[in-house]
Amino acid sequence: MAKPKLSMRDRYRLLTRDLDWTPTYVDPKDVYPFTRYEGIKIHDWDAWEDPFRLTIDSYCKYQAEKDKKLYAVIDGFAQGQGHLSLTDARYVNSLKLFLQGVTPLEYAAHRHFAYLGRHLDGPGARFAALCQSIDELRHTQTEIHTISQYNKYYGGLHNWSKMHDRVWYLSVPKSFFEDGMSAGPFEFLTAISFSFEYLLTNLLFVPFMSGASFNGDLATMTFGFSAQSDESRHMTLGLESLKFILEQDEENVPIIQDYVDKWFWRGYRLLGLVAAMMDYMLPKKIMSWKEAFELYFEQQMMEGLFPDLEYYGIRLPRHLDQAIAEKDYMSHQVYWILYQFSFAASFNTTVPTPEELDWMSSVYPDTFDRHYRPMWERAKRMNDEGNRFFFRGLPMLCQICQIPMGFTEPGDPTTIAVRTSDFRGERFNFCSDGCKWIFDREPEKYVQAWLPVHQIYQGNCGGTTIPEVLAWYGIEDGVDNGEYLTSADKANWDKWHAPAVVGGAS
Amino acid sequence: MTAARGTRPVGVDLQDSEDTRALVEAIEDVNPDVTLRRMPGLVKLQSPGQLVISREAVEQRLGRPWETHEFQLNIVSYVGNISEWDDDEIVIKWEH
Repeated sequence: MAKPKLSMRDRYRLLTRDLDWTPTYVDPKDVYPFTRYEGIKIHDWDAWEDPFRLTIDSYCKYQAEKDKKLYAVIDGFAQGQGHLSLTDARYVNSLKLFLQGVTPLEYAAHRHFAYLGRHLDGPGARFAALCQSIDELRHTQTEIHTISQYNKYYGGLHNWSKMHDRVWYLSVPKSFFEDGMSAGPFEFLTAISFSFEYLLTNLLFVPFMSGASFNGDLATMTFGFSAQSDESRHMTLGLESLKFILEQDEENVPIIQDYVDKWFWRGYRLLGLVAAMMDYMLPKKIMSWKEAFELYFEQQMMEGLFPDLEYYGIRLPRHLDQAIAEKDYMSHQVYWILYQFSFAASFNTTVPTPEELDWMSSVYPDTFDRHYRPMWERAKRMNDEGNRFFFRGLPMLCQICQIPMGFTEPGDPTTIAVRTSDFRGERFNFCSDGCKWIFDREPEKYVQAWLPVHQIYQGNCGGTTIPEVLAWYGIEDGVDNGEYLTSADKANWDKWHAPAVVGGAS
Repeated sequence: MTAARGTRPVGVDLQDSEDTRALVEAIEDVNPDVTLRRMPGLVKLQSPGQLVISREAVEQRLGRPWETHEFQLNIVSYVGNISEWDDDEIVIKWEH
């Protein structure tokens, strides 16, 4: 007869909690030195609950199965020339932006969760962080494998790691994540695990993966869903850690509220890139940014989650009203920025097709025809006359989110918002009240920001002319950047889809 | 439109796959008020107040033994709070 199986509850206890010990000849404070300086008080680490009751054996078993499935699909994609089944080569630009921006963040997350897996005091919390650290490394790898599939045929993906450290729009995700990593462990948990992975993750991943599916991108859809299946564990870590911290001591509440306020706005601004991608860069649309924001944020978070958090004394994030007011115009403003500066980007942009303009009129009835359609029509006229519009110069960046200052006053889409703060005799600029508020909390931190435009002017980016900076970025002019309609990707796509091609072997 | 406390919707998003078909049926079997929305590549399930994934119901639909940990292979995202995950069931609900 088979031995009776242990229940999940017992297995979890034996393989996680039971493997921990209390140090006797070293002060526990010296073993875990980083969990007190933020002012967060934890009285009982054993109160940490992992609802998944995940143990190392089942973790390895299911992760192996996920990887087998994923790599079978990627192999099939490569062997079947899957990239030819995309809706259009234009789609790949959304993928470029995603993979350039997110892959290095996965690696950064791997590193930082490994740090938490060592430095949190409780064994349950450490084990959950360890699993997430391994997950994030897996995501980095699956994304690199996807990059390598597309890099064989399309421009812009050959230098993603170096670009992440250098290119202006990639400093947006990079500085976001480094802000989290350079904070204390509890702030990092609130920033990444709770705010990014629970509060905002659906806005990043779900519409994008569904968009990949709708646009024939099997490889991305598969790594995306495979990653996302880990993400539900990460969401749980985020929500559980928040509730755990709040339950431990009432004095933790205002500290956490402050972190939630800050990281909601940080994450929301970062998602401006996703908003532009969803509305402008997917040839076949899933849903508008506005609809996604209403579904995933307003319905699921504001009406679902926050009444639960109210119990602990947590209220809706500061500046949320401005995010709601912006949902009618954010994607248009961000894509306009990308459009006019794409001569220095490692992807292509173009004016939306007439059908897309009509779609945007229908999903943004209050703003699109009035403010944005005329702009795109003018850009198209200029393009038709052989005068593709690019902004000749470098933009002013927000000191916090590092996005060019193209956002408008809340409720007034015709006036660019500019906020400033003076610190140590210098003036700093911000795109919004949210970013200014974040600076004013910790000016000593944000005066150190590596702002790409300042760095160019200071001569730290290969030179001060556009060709010099592009060379330093690793962007090949005319191949990786600029207008889509005249791009190498478009020319190749047309060639691959021309009728009666013979001779596949070479 | 704010739902009353206790009936605020919770939900899961699942990959649209062969296994998911059985999971969706099993979820419908034990959560009569569940609603379905299909998006390319995924299925969104929503239920007022709580949503239960029962091992027994899944095994009946799949016709083979199934561990609740296997649910990790199909889940894309969820909304709510995982209030129970043991050998027999997974319960997603709001706590307060």
